[in-house]
Amino acid sequence: MGIVPALLNSRFICNMENTLSDFIVDIQNMSFSRGDNLIYDRMNMTVAQGKVTAIMGPSGIGKTTLLKLIGGQLKPDSGDILFRGRSIPKMNRSELYQTRKDMSMLFQSGALFSEMSVFDNVAFPIREHTKLPESLIKIMVLMKLEAVGLRGARDLMPAELSGGMARRAALARAIALDPQLIMYDEPFAGQDPISMGIVVKLIRALNNALGLTSVVVSHDVTEVMSIADYVYVVAEKHVIGEGTPEQLRQHESPLVQQFLKGEADGAVPFHYKAAPYADELMELL
Amino acid sequence: MVLKQLQRMGAATIHTIAGLGRAGLMLLGAIIGKPSFRKGAPLLLKQLYVVGVLSLLIIVVSGLFIGMVLALQGYTVLVKFGAEQMLGPLVALSLLRELGPVVTALLFAGRAGSALTAEIGLMKATEQLSSMEMMAVDPLRRIIAPRFWAGVISMPLLAIIFTAVGILGGHLVGVDWLGVDAGGYWSAMQANVDLYQDVFNGIIKSIVFAFIVMWIALHKGFDAIPTSEGISRATTETVVTASLAVLAFDFILTALMFGG
Ligand SMILES: Nc1ncnc2c1ncn2[C@@H]1O[C@H](COP(=O)(O)OP(=O)(O)OP(=O)(O)O)[C@@H](O)[C@H]1O
Ligand SMILES: [Mg+2]
Repeated sequence: MGIVPALLNSRFICNMENTLSDFIVDIQNMSFSRGDNLIYDRMNMTVAQGKVTAIMGPSGIGKTTLLKLIGGQLKPDSGDILFRGRSIPKMNRSELYQTRKDMSMLFQSGALFSEMSVFDNVAFPIREHTKLPESLIKIMVLMKLEAVGLRGARDLMPAELSGGMARRAALARAIALDPQLIMYDEPFAGQDPISMGIVVKLIRALNNALGLTSVVVSHDVTEVMSIADYVYVVAEKHVIGEGTPEQLRQHESPLVQQFLKGEADGAVPFHYKAAPYADELMELL
Repeated sequence: MVLKQLQRMGAATIHTIAGLGRAGLMLLGAIIGKPSFRKGAPLLLKQLYVVGVLSLLIIVVSGLFIGMVLALQGYTVLVKFGAEQMLGPLVALSLLRELGPVVTALLFAGRAGSALTAEIGLMKATEQLSSMEMMAVDPLRRIIAPRFWAGVISMPLLAIIFTAVGILGGHLVGVDWLGVDAGGYWSAMQANVDLYQDVFNGIIKSIVFAFIVMWIALHKGFDAIPTSEGISRATTETVVTASLAVLAFDFILTALMFGG
């Protein structure tokens, strides 16, 4: 075989790979534990390119942990996490930092830098990763702030913002560099109905207009069902239900149904694992 | 019983060594690699102000009082032997060799060290460090490194200022109040202070202490348990550990420099 067919061949295989993996994130048989506390047990999950994928699940199940695993801040005990076909856990430091420029995460608490104004917070990633002139940075920042309705709050310090405003400012910062993948950790928590509507529209609009991929972690079933293309329900250390919002509504699993309808105590226990209540009370007597 | 005790001792040892390892990795991550002047310089300047300039007041006031006390105490002893003209060297040598570097380091640990631990611990607790990492900005380089260098640069300078002000304080009490001859105060000092033996060694001590205090303060903050209780404990630990470490290293350095 000559060199040209060989090259063609490898090109072909590359293309094959690209078309086969429409998944920007691919989690394969991943297990993770915090100390003795097993959080994920051989979990599988994929995030399709260009789509809004939602992850729902009870509190404390490890949703934030999952986002940190995708971001490479935590390493799985076993299994693999692929980002655009490349293994995140196997990357060295500089590869990981390079990869993180293409992803962005909105933290549950907002995590604004407390010693900088809102403007400087949003400008931070732009200033760190580009050499753009300050006038251009200003335009970019004001555009992002306008999108989240906080252009007027640019000179406030994070301590002067309400919880909901802080989260929207953090959202503006998360989209500052137009990443390929944005992970939102509870973007709706603490928003009033109006700003909630704005955030919902914004996530959808960003996703469509800029061709981003979004991962939304949330408890808010209605909002999630309204914007997600694909939903995962996580409980008991792995995915218990998945599908489009319509498919999920028809899902036969009682756990999934309980979660979607918000019933207090059904198949998913409301209580953190504990000894039987009566036993414990008896012991105290 | 014995086995359990051994077990506990082993666990404590492993814990300590692991902590030292993490502290070492943190420091290496922060100071190794090519510095970027464009981004690094403004950060360093800001920290020099926060860590150094804002510590000036406490350093100057303490230096003044320590110098005054030294002169007062020294005079009462020296005058018994009719050696009050040796007051200058007494004040200068005590400050240059010991009190300047050591007291500056202790004050610095309490003033700047504890503040740095709390600041970084809080940044960790509010996920600012995590989010910075997710923005592909290394918090070790962006947050830890400028603070570390600012401390290492400013502490020796503060020690020099402390010493100078202390000598002036000694002059104030010894010469202006107690009536020691002014010319004698300065000339005896000049005759008895050696540039290398006394001044340089004092500065070297101060640089070593600066490394220790900054390293401990930054590591305690970086490694703090991210809760309000964890941060308050880390702050206390910074002051206690850094002070003890400074005193221990002072003994070692004194033995090496002046001991034989
Ligand atoms: N730093 C940590 N050290 C040890 N355990 C942790 C740590 N952070 C989280 N955990 C544990 O990991 C589990 C998952 O936490 P995580 O924050 O991922 O939950 P979550 O699904 O995001 O919850 P929520 O919806 O309330 O935000 C919890 O049981 C928690 O106790
Ligand atoms: Mg969470």
